[in-house]
Amino acid sequence: MDVCSINNIARCLVNSGFDPALAQFITILLGVVVVASFPLVVVIFLIWVERKFAARIQDRIGPNRVGPYGLLQTVADAIKLIAKEDITPAGADRLVYNAAPIMAVMSVLLIWAVIPFSPIHVGVDLEIGALYFVAVASIATLAIMLAGWSSNNKYALLGAFRVVAQLVSYEVPLVFALLVPILFASSMSMQDIVHAQSGMWFFFMAPVAGLIFFISSQAETGRAPFDLLEAESEIVAGFNIEYSGMKFGLFFAGEFMHVLTNGVLMAVLFFGGWLGPLVEQAPIILGPLYLFAKSTFWYLLSLLIRNTVPRVRIDQLMDFNWKFLVPLSIVNFVVIAVLLRLCEALGIAPAAANANDFVANIPQTLVLLLGNAAIAAYVLNRLRRAGREQRLAEAGRTLAAVGEKAAVAH
Amino acid sequence: MVELNAHTVVFAIFSIITLGGAVGVVWNRNLVSSSYWLIFSLFGVAGLFVLLSAPFLAAVQVLVYIGAVGILITFSVMLTRGMTQIKDVFNRQSAASGVVAVLLFVVLLVGVVLPVWGPSGALSSAPASDVVATTAELGVALVDGSQYVLPFELVSLLLTAALLGAIVIARDQDK
Repeated sequence: MDVCSINNIARCLVNSGFDPALAQFITILLGVVVVASFPLVVVIFLIWVERKFAARIQDRIGPNRVGPYGLLQTVADAIKLIAKEDITPAGADRLVYNAAPIMAVMSVLLIWAVIPFSPIHVGVDLEIGALYFVAVASIATLAIMLAGWSSNNKYALLGAFRVVAQLVSYEVPLVFALLVPILFASSMSMQDIVHAQSGMWFFFMAPVAGLIFFISSQAETGRAPFDLLEAESEIVAGFNIEYSGMKFGLFFAGEFMHVLTNGVLMAVLFFGGWLGPLVEQAPIILGPLYLFAKSTFWYLLSLLIRNTVPRVRIDQLMDFNWKFLVPLSIVNFVVIAVLLRLCEALGIAPAAANANDFVANIPQTLVLLLGNAAIAAYVLNRLRRAGREQRLAEAGRTLAAVGEKAAVAH
Repeated sequence: MVELNAHTVVFAIFSIITLGGAVGVVWNRNLVSSSYWLIFSLFGVAGLFVLLSAPFLAAVQVLVYIGAVGILITFSVMLTRGMTQIKDVFNRQSAASGVVAVLLFVVLLVGVVLPVWGPSGALSSAPASDVVATTAELGVALVDGSQYVLPFELVSLLLTAALLGAIVIARDQDK
């Protein structure tokens, strides 16, 4: 008789007299509830982490009244949001207005279905996992559009237009960066992508793609320096201006969850997910531990950027995407594809038998890293020259203006 | 003939979503609401793709029709203000379009559905599981010289031409 644990619930239920089909259904239901509730529970503490982090950067203390270290502040806030009056603006499309916040949270929660937590624990290991992520993430765009339209408020609609333009634009480099791990793993399944990194984490083979993915997902979340949709200090809010109470709270929670999800995706796609020393011996404890340790790094980096980098203008936002990130991501993808094939042709690539061996992966990684370094050097040089030209042009204009003034004074 | 199991029930649900959404599209007087119904309907189609063991098509369906149609709504609202509040359900071409729609349906039924899946069709006796292909097979089929590489490249070329055309039209004349 085996011991009942999280790994064999279905078998346990059958042993204790359940119908096999029912046991399977209960197991799946349990899995869905756990995977979907986990981010919702974690987000309560993440909001506390984020507020404390921002406070320290701004030389404040942050929440410190409710509970030890202010830990229960978010719980109090959540209760307040639920208790608030639920206002639907006059003339709003009621059904759509109420569906939009749910869809915003749903689009983030659905991503968690394909995140592998350990070698055996994954919601569902779809063979199209990466594509599934892109597909469900695009629902967020729709949710914002619905929210802006159904509010019957021209400011909400204008805000939604701007956000949709931003989100759709940044999806392009995101997808191109996402193609690189798929190329390395020759699979779109998230679990296969993690397994393919057991020799070498993909970030060391394609740091440029990793950074493009991180930057674009930061923009997809709509956080500083890309938080034009909210811009608290200037325009108060965008598409969600008419929302109050817990409906606003859902948009808010969706955004916070999205930041953590981005960290988790960075970890899975570029930092080996649950891989780490001794993970095969204790997958259920060490797997999630490694995954979240790696995610936390990117999560905190995201907070650091949010609190230290000033907001960009809308034209800068679009220029940065279409004239910088998109061409860079395309060139990066092509270069990596060619180098990868070159490594194969020259016999540098590790054989299938020792693909998991760290040493066997080193030559190929070095070649790819060199390619990445060349791209980065060229890009940085171009940026330096462009910035210099712009500064000179502006200085020239100023000088000309001063000269004109002087001529008039004479 | 039709077994009542989970598969049938789910098929019925997705069919209702698809057809109900389609009715919503044509019955709605507000262009924006129509496009929401369209998304709803196409979501049902994505569900049907999953039932047919074509997860790749399902994901692409969601990506393209929910991600891209969202943008279409944006432009439909921005460019066609007057179209968002149409008073009549039927326009002048309703009779003609009705005839064309019925004809198209009959042509599809007689020309495609019956010869292939009809009582004496080519695939009528083949169980569904025999014609299922994996995503990898789909990918190979698109780049294999003896399969669909030519149509695939032609479509790519067409899309590139459309992209360039859009840029040329939208560009400032004086630059």
